[in-house]
Amino acid sequence: MRLHLRGRQPEDAALAEVRALIGEAPPQGHRRDLLIEHLHRLQDTYQGLHRRHLVALAHEMNLPRAEVFEVASFYHHFDLLDDGQQAAALTVRVCDSLSCAMAGAGNLLARLPQLLGPNVRVVPAPCVGRCAQAPVAVVHQHPVNFATPQKVQQAVEQKRFHDDGKIEGAISLADYRAQGGYELAAAVTNGEASVDQILDTLEASGLRGLGGAGFPMGRKWRIVRSQPGPRYLAVNLDEGEPGTFKDRVYLERDPHRFLEGVLIAAQVVGTEKVFIYLRDEYHGCRQSLAQALADLENNPPCPLPQWELRRGAGAYICGEESALLESLEGRRGEPRKRPPYIAEVGLFGRPTLAHNFETLYWVRDILQKGAEWFSQQGRHGRKGLRSFSVSGRVREPGVKLAPAGITLRELIDEHCGGMAEGHTLYAYLPGGASGGILPARLADVPLDFDTLQAHGCFIGSAAVVVLGQHDRARDAALNVMRFFADESCGQCTPCRVGTEKAAKLMATPQWDASTLNDLAQVMGDASICGLGQAAPNPIRCVLTYFPHEVQVGGA
Amino acid sequence: MSQPVHFQLNGQAAEAQPGETLWSTAKRLGIEIPHLCHREGYRPDGNCRACVVEVQGERTLAPSCCRLPTEGMVVQTDSPRAQQSQKMVLEMLLADMPAQGHRWIEDDAHQPHGELSEWATRLEVKVRPALQALSRAASAPADWQDLSHPAMAVNLDACIQCDRCVRACSEEQVNQVIGVQGRGAHTRIVFDMADPMGQSSCVACGECVQACPTGALNPKTLMGSQKVDRKVDSVCPFCGVGCQITYHVRDERIVKVEGREGPANQSRLCVKGRFGFDYAHHPQRLTQPLIRKPGVSKDLDVTRSPDQWAEVFRPATWEEALAVAAGGLKNLKDRHGSKSLAGFGSAKGSNEEAYLFQKLVRTGFGSNNVDHCTRLCHASSVAALLEGVGSGAVSNPVRDVSQAEMIVVIGSNPTANHPVAATWMKNAVQRGARLVHMDPRRTDISTHAWRSLQFKPDTDVALLNAMLFTIFEEGLANPSFVQERTQDFEALRDHVQDFAPEKMAALCGIPAETIREVARAYATSPAAMILWGMGVSQHVHGTDNVRCLIALASVTGQIGRPGTGLHPLRGQNNVQGASDAGLIPMMFPNYQRVSDPAAHRWFEQFWGQPLDAEPGYTVVEIMDKALADDQDPHKVRGMYIMGENPAMSDPDLNHARAALAALDHLVVQDIFMTETAWMADVVLPASAWPEKTGTVSNTDRMVQLGHQALQPPGEAQLDLWIIQQMAQRIGLPWHYPGEQAGVAAVYEEMRQAMAGAIAGISWSRLLAHSSVTYPCMSEDDPGQPIVFQQGFPTATGRARLVPAGLVSANEVPDADYPWVLITGRQLEHWHTGSMTRRTRVLDALEPQATVSMSGHSMAQHGLVPGDWVQVRSRRGEVRLQVRRDDGTPDHTVFIPFAYREAAANLLTNAALDPVGKIPELKYCAVQVLLAA
Repeated sequence: MRLHLRGRQPEDAALAEVRALIGEAPPQGHRRDLLIEHLHRLQDTYQGLHRRHLVALAHEMNLPRAEVFEVASFYHHFDLLDDGQQAAALTVRVCDSLSCAMAGAGNLLARLPQLLGPNVRVVPAPCVGRCAQAPVAVVHQHPVNFATPQKVQQAVEQKRFHDDGKIEGAISLADYRAQGGYELAAAVTNGEASVDQILDTLEASGLRGLGGAGFPMGRKWRIVRSQPGPRYLAVNLDEGEPGTFKDRVYLERDPHRFLEGVLIAAQVVGTEKVFIYLRDEYHGCRQSLAQALADLENNPPCPLPQWELRRGAGAYICGEESALLESLEGRRGEPRKRPPYIAEVGLFGRPTLAHNFETLYWVRDILQKGAEWFSQQGRHGRKGLRSFSVSGRVREPGVKLAPAGITLRELIDEHCGGMAEGHTLYAYLPGGASGGILPARLADVPLDFDTLQAHGCFIGSAAVVVLGQHDRARDAALNVMRFFADESCGQCTPCRVGTEKAAKLMATPQWDASTLNDLAQVMGDASICGLGQAAPNPIRCVLTYFPHEVQVGGA
Repeated sequence: MSQPVHFQLNGQAAEAQPGETLWSTAKRLGIEIPHLCHREGYRPDGNCRACVVEVQGERTLAPSCCRLPTEGMVVQTDSPRAQQSQKMVLEMLLADMPAQGHRWIEDDAHQPHGELSEWATRLEVKVRPALQALSRAASAPADWQDLSHPAMAVNLDACIQCDRCVRACSEEQVNQVIGVQGRGAHTRIVFDMADPMGQSSCVACGECVQACPTGALNPKTLMGSQKVDRKVDSVCPFCGVGCQITYHVRDERIVKVEGREGPANQSRLCVKGRFGFDYAHHPQRLTQPLIRKPGVSKDLDVTRSPDQWAEVFRPATWEEALAVAAGGLKNLKDRHGSKSLAGFGSAKGSNEEAYLFQKLVRTGFGSNNVDHCTRLCHASSVAALLEGVGSGAVSNPVRDVSQAEMIVVIGSNPTANHPVAATWMKNAVQRGARLVHMDPRRTDISTHAWRSLQFKPDTDVALLNAMLFTIFEEGLANPSFVQERTQDFEALRDHVQDFAPEKMAALCGIPAETIREVARAYATSPAAMILWGMGVSQHVHGTDNVRCLIALASVTGQIGRPGTGLHPLRGQNNVQGASDAGLIPMMFPNYQRVSDPAAHRWFEQFWGQPLDAEPGYTVVEIMDKALADDQDPHKVRGMYIMGENPAMSDPDLNHARAALAALDHLVVQDIFMTETAWMADVVLPASAWPEKTGTVSNTDRMVQLGHQALQPPGEAQLDLWIIQQMAQRIGLPWHYPGEQAGVAAVYEEMRQAMAGAIAGISWSRLLAHSSVTYPCMSEDDPGQPIVFQQGFPTATGRARLVPAGLVSANEVPDADYPWVLITGRQLEHWHTGSMTRRTRVLDALEPQATVSMSGHSMAQHGLVPGDWVQVRSRRGEVRLQVRRDDGTPDHTVFIPFAYREAAANLLTNAALDPVGKIPELKYCAVQVLLAA
């Protein structure tokens, strides 16, 4: 017989603990969209999410228990704990995405558990955005670059658990303003600059969204500003595409250049509020960006828009713009079906301008230096600049600002100091995990939007991972397929089932090309979002360019 | 208004209505597209991707279930590319299914996965060995099976993650129990926080089971083979919402109930409707007529086991039993006159039974001493509504909440008592409507409320008058409506001058500003609707409470339009119909007063009998008259009770039971040995609802037809047949030819008697449409769901405003009896429990009586959940266990009245509302003591 109402009931003690973290409910109730923020507070405080806290949180937020639970269970950085279950005292996440895997993540994963003992939980993690320093392990929130078991052990022993985000040479607000920073934003905000001129310049520059989809920026601004208000600006700092780290590098060094872009966008497009969604893996950036925002608020060069800095929680899919909006609303990061497009029905159902960080980062330069400054750069008939995140078997990996249309060979030779010692070019991934794999013989194809389609690839966020003669394309393909399987939101059948089955089939020495092709077709044709649609790229590329590796007749 | 969209579908020109999806358009044009996550009526989600089609110019395929065509679009549903993905989706899903499925196509074990198997067969999809080898079925974790719930089996090995159950739970029924855990291939359906279904907050509406395409969620009564002998359309026999259902019958047993697309429920059901059907098969069903053994006295022990009936009764033939039953009544009438007899009909029976029963009393007994449990539920509401707006029924159907901007729910716990009605309210909230819940108890609906006013019990009039005060003071009345559509406005306005919110706040426990805020919101809302339950009606000031609600709606003009009006949520499945049919002592059918000479004349002529012109006694009065002095010319000495259980449902049961025991002759017609039947001289075994054909009228004024699905067990007979046999034996020359004891003929006679309401609803129309709303004046009248649009059916055509003063409860707490007792129902149990406590699932879910109190009250009194306590009033006492429910106000306990072993009505007070004659079941004083 039930002695209580149906289902788990909130305990008084747990209610008090939750209230201590999230405060008393305001008269209109807690904001639904802050659920993930509240979960972070619980996770940070208790190293995990106990059921009793989730029940209490659901009660405090007047949310169904299931809704709190399903959100909590969606994100990798939340650890669900049964009541009575002990949270891990410390977690070490070892990046096992492609660049780190090539640099020895397997060895770390094999050796660390024993080395660190039973009180430290060692788990594999998807790309943490430090591919130029591979392999990387993150001790709680402290990244260990070029990690070795010893270096990780040292960090654990020295209790280096946090990242304050301080970078040598980072440009402070004062430095930035000393170089004329925010003058443009102030002019725009004060109505001294013509909005039409700004839009014309952006369009003329040919700047396209640099998150991967490449939608022309000026056009996007025009579309959103023509929608009825209130409108929102959502900034995508969920840089999760394996191999990509450009946003982090720019953000660490020059946050105000980006924020000036935000101010201009918010003013020109007329958005009510700005939401900056930063991936949770970038703990240091969170500190420094929060500092930059605070500095700006303390010393505003012009009226500032309302903004909120929001924390992701470990979900690659939230880099997909509509999944990001779901996550901003405090939900599972499941991509929406389009139409309607988010420019019309976006965050909280309102028209939303969604931009990748880097796109906004270039706004000031383009407006001040002129459209031509940007558009006249480029090579092999392409226009503009691209920030390539280069990792893998090159001598000098890192972010390389290079002309759009540069070829891989040129990029390696001119920007990366050539191939790494002992490696010759065998293959490369031009666009992170999603963009496919090309063989060395296609190293002279211009790298840009639209140039790689014919080869079954795309440039995406320009994350270039270079493979040498000791690497195998099939290993890279399997690595990324496993990544997709782990990161699939699970919503649609082609992606949920396809990635998982494909990863299993791709592990066999001899591929079942017919079944894999059928899976590839349904994933590419029928998945809801870009994750599932791009997931078959590695399958197709291996079957096309590297059939010998998987014992099937080549194309 | 948007225009139709023209596009090309499989090479043909096609036209879609605005909002019509590709999938729906194709279906309408005879093109079937495979689909699994899509279920008509639900929000299309487009996640399974079985319905993808090729749209010219688009890079990827589009889910037809949620894609709208645009002008000139070129769509192929059957191109090789589209078909390949459609088939591949099915193959991928099928590959992961277990060999042994849970929901077969009929009895075909080779098509074991419901809709998935169906589409796989149609598209000739077979799983290739390479994918079969990777099936997750090989490594299904043990906890994929969850049998913790008494009604439903969870087998996640057959789950295809289509989310239909999630939408069923969250968007249709809005119970919000089902969620999705994890991501990718690890996503799984969970209840609450991955709790066993049986321990979750699941209310067992079963919508998920009905929505599941593969049988991953299934009723336990119908696993595997789905083949049944017949499917019979009927109406749910429990509350007044009037959900349409289909009984699935196999081997003469109901094995499943499915929600039908009825106008009130649109295929939704609640736990009682869906899983509360096996009472009809209970071994304690009465299967032969019984006659009290000579010399066995009528004691008050009603709690002995019904299996021990033979200690009190002996079996008899129908001939003998009817002769004794009718003969005994006839003798009393011959010796003591017409007024010595009375009859209680039932709101659980059909309209035809109610009609015939009251006709029997009026023409056979010769008095108007006929009543039923409407007296205990909405008698005060009906009294106030007849007085104020000229009609006792609802002005707008429940589903009109979808048109409302504001919904006021007062004195009602709809998620427990009208669960499907509550779903429409919750849907309205999801759409953006504001819900105000006013009730001393905070219940599930409160979590959906914009404002929840937990006012002190017994202070309804203070609260509502304070709202009226605000409306007048702030100039928020609707002057043109007041002027054109109401009367006696000034008297009301003057009267409420004394009820400023600031003065009433302390009395009703609601801050003045909140009262004002809600009053403003109601008055200024574009469309506001009031719905109420027995929390309003079951008080000695029940009629006053409803007068206030009528005044609120009238002075603001919130009536006579879509999304507005007054809706007393009717309790029993046919309490509306039984009242309409004249099962009340002061009215002939269709509320024609027995004291009205014209009506009296008409019925004397219609029935060919002289009739009593004096109103009869009501339920509680009849009990009093049974105990009246022998010299009282109106002393009630004999009764015929059909399907009612006053020995459980009446207030002050010790008194009521003594009254029943004091009768010289009592005939009880029922399906079980009820507490009332123990007092009988003759017990007539009757038919359960699934065993008969007849009509019932729901809270929305819809007359709905149910068909017979089962034969009555043993010698049990149709109630309609029994009433006619009784009538003939007391000298009434009735003859109703036709099958099912002449049900159609009875209905057609009733239609003549109620021409003012249902003239246009013929039996044949009901056979064709199964639900028609009245008033309906002709065969081509579609019926009027919303009334009072032009005028009110009062003498003046205006709404009459009647001021209500403060009247305190008859018995208020004092030092000896310091707690307030509120009685009521709970989700799983119906009325006195005679049916629901005999259904396996409902009994398993709520097996025993509890008394609810808040954690705060418990702490104050040193109690913990599970403690046994004695709850005692001046009239009786019960012993039961404590349940914590923080929605219960302090100093207050709540006890459901369905439990015979701890009958709440032993405690309740029989004090009556002077107008509606309804007892004060919602308020009396008790003491609570830790039991030894």
